[in-house]
Amino acid sequence: MPAGLDEKMRELVKTIDRYSAEPGQLIGILREAQDIFGYLPEKVQTCIAWRMSIPVSEVNGVVTFYSFFDTRPKGRRLLNVCMGTACYVKGAQAIFDAFKSHLGIDEGETTADGLFTLKSTRCIGACGLAPVVVDGTEVHGRFTAGGVSELLGQKRTGDHAAGGAGGRE
Amino acid sequence: MQVSRIDDLKKVKEQYLPLVGSRLGHDGGSGLAQVMVCSGTACASSESRVLLQELAAQIAGRGLQERVRVLKTGCFGFCQQGPVVMVHPGGVFYCRVKKEDIEKLVGKHLAEGQVVEELLYHEPGSGRKAGKINEIHFFQAQRRIVLRNCGVINPEDINEYIARDGYLALGEILENRRSRQEVIDIVSRSGLRGRGGAGFPTGRKWELAATQENTPKYVLCNADEGDPGAFMDRSILEGDPHGVLEAMAVAGYCIGANQGYIYVRAEYPIAVERLQIALKQAKEMGLLGKSLFGSGFDFDVALRFGAGAFVCGEETALLQSVMGGRGEPRPRPPYPVQEGLWGKPTVINNVETFANIPVILREGWEWYSGQGTATSKGSKVFSLAGKINNTGLIEVPMGTTLRTIIFDIGGGIPGGQRFKAVQTGGPSGGCIPAEHLDRPIDYDSLREIGSMMGSGGMIVMDESDCMVDIARFYLEFTQDESCGRCTPCRVGTRRMLEIFQKITGGQAGMEDLDLLAELSRDVRDASLCGLGQTAPNPVLSTMRYFYDEYVAHVRDKVCPAGVCRDLLTYTVDKEKCVACGLCAKACAVGALTGEPKKPYQIDPEKCVRCAACLAKCPKEAIRRSSRVAAPVVE
Repeated sequence: MPAGLDEKMRELVKTIDRYSAEPGQLIGILREAQDIFGYLPEKVQTCIAWRMSIPVSEVNGVVTFYSFFDTRPKGRRLLNVCMGTACYVKGAQAIFDAFKSHLGIDEGETTADGLFTLKSTRCIGACGLAPVVVDGTEVHGRFTAGGVSELLGQKRTGDHAAGGAGGRE
Repeated sequence: MQVSRIDDLKKVKEQYLPLVGSRLGHDGGSGLAQVMVCSGTACASSESRVLLQELAAQIAGRGLQERVRVLKTGCFGFCQQGPVVMVHPGGVFYCRVKKEDIEKLVGKHLAEGQVVEELLYHEPGSGRKAGKINEIHFFQAQRRIVLRNCGVINPEDINEYIARDGYLALGEILENRRSRQEVIDIVSRSGLRGRGGAGFPTGRKWELAATQENTPKYVLCNADEGDPGAFMDRSILEGDPHGVLEAMAVAGYCIGANQGYIYVRAEYPIAVERLQIALKQAKEMGLLGKSLFGSGFDFDVALRFGAGAFVCGEETALLQSVMGGRGEPRPRPPYPVQEGLWGKPTVINNVETFANIPVILREGWEWYSGQGTATSKGSKVFSLAGKINNTGLIEVPMGTTLRTIIFDIGGGIPGGQRFKAVQTGGPSGGCIPAEHLDRPIDYDSLREIGSMMGSGGMIVMDESDCMVDIARFYLEFTQDESCGRCTPCRVGTRRMLEIFQKITGGQAGMEDLDLLAELSRDVRDASLCGLGQTAPNPVLSTMRYFYDEYVAHVRDKVCPAGVCRDLLTYTVDKEKCVACGLCAKACAVGALTGEPKKPYQIDPEKCVRCAACLAKCPKEAIRRSSRVAAPVVE
């Protein structure tokens, strides 16, 4: 694990240096940093600030301003319920509530077993398929609240099986 | 190939025109069939990627590779019928194509030249089959200017854009040494107004920037389409990215800028990818970079990514974000054309505005200004969504009525429901009731009736939508997106939202409605930027047109549309229930109990009104009703 972390840090520093010639690239760097680490913990923010010679507060200010950046690790499956207007008028709220009560977590939280993170997203632009739920990168169109337990059930058994077979830890 | 003269463009056009022309109905007799697979976000979400793979496999399996070419294309706009596949020559339009259908499509149409009848679009009502795209009413009723290349060209191939006279306008200006002022005059006379929402005259903006002496200057394209339910800009970028690049170079020439930036939403991965490809190809061909068309004019474009903040649609906030900072607005003046990126003059235009420029320059301002209304020229792209049959993207001349858009092109309201309102302009706009359906719409007429053009999102609502809840929904959005810089917006929208929570929770009094209206006006008048100034619009417009619904919530504690959860109850219809138990399985809080052969029951204390049971019940035995009016304590 520590070796992996070092590797990631080296990649981060390389990324920062690659951008250093252009002005105003903090958001670009943070995007790539989030790709590398999955989220933006304090350590990563400090590293970016140090390498760019700017105050940590400035980095943190940007990280907390934009909804795209996460400061907490995400679960293995990211469930995004589209809350654009088109999805909303077609019942997205009921779907979102069903996910919340089934998973026992609130928006932006991750289940204790680290499997699911639940988020709502602004319009993904697939309004023709409303209401839409995005599971990882897979888009489920014309979704209903009734489909929630099914989707979660599949994923849970699927993931447990995969985790078991892989012999993690 | 390098393009350094107009003649080079012509050579590319000659080479690619037969291919592209065959898609427009000019059969070159090449004997080549072309299969266009819509690869916009909506169709890609509904598996057009799988179709592409399957097509390639089937075509190879039958040895048709020599005669058939499969291409990705941008959004056709008929998202409701996606995934869409078109076959040329002939312009045969197949809709809702599934993986299993590909075998037939290849075997019958491509191998034997016979149209696959069952995959054609049926006009609702008449049931008439539309064999070709131009026989479909949805397309017949539109006038595509900005979207003219979407669905026609492969957006990942610059040569196809050139075959449609792409980069010709830029080349003509640079090679013939037209003066900046001459070009700005054309844009001004065309009457083009900014498509981002506010409608500022584009030519005037360019002129203001051109007269600034401070250098360097910048051109900035706003592709941070933040309105939920709007996807015009995304579709243009996905379907015709070079049109925007060409227009940015023209703008750069006019104002004297050598660098452009496109600020694009990170949530639009396909648009970002297409832009990256387009930039790479344009640079390789010398259509971006040093000394374009040998004129000595340099222009380059780079991408900057939005990271999910609605306030960045406000131009001064957008500038901060492009420079990598927190997207907080600042007071104007100075305007961005005076002090923009890094304190230098900057022209900011929206994607759709830029997409109009090449057409105006090629066809002339006289032609362009001949369309639309007295104060709003040209056409407008709208995205239709919500309770409407033909969800998708349309383009109509300015001044078209809402009735034409919603009932004729949009195909009306599904499920026999009645039209209640259409919301235009997203969280900054308002709800328009049925009485204004026959109004020709442009920037000014929409403002008169309490809404706004916005970027062009239209959400249609029917009788089952609660207007109070819709206003609350938008306010929750703007409240969440308020950047916190100024107090009226930061605190005002919060207080307004609290009043809404009281109203939808059945705890408000009539005096709260007066307070809400007063607060709305204060937030509108006192906020620093467009976000706060327009945030009360959904509230004010719904109070103006649907005040009776507010009264029902407050005085009678009833939600007439049956949406506001705290005012609803769920019960099981004992006659219909077959005791299958599916509802109990769907319920996450264990509110449903029962036993075999006996009707199930809902415990109102446990029920969280999530409606999961309602969605799951196969017999429609779960009933939702407005709560019985509680006695009002005066």
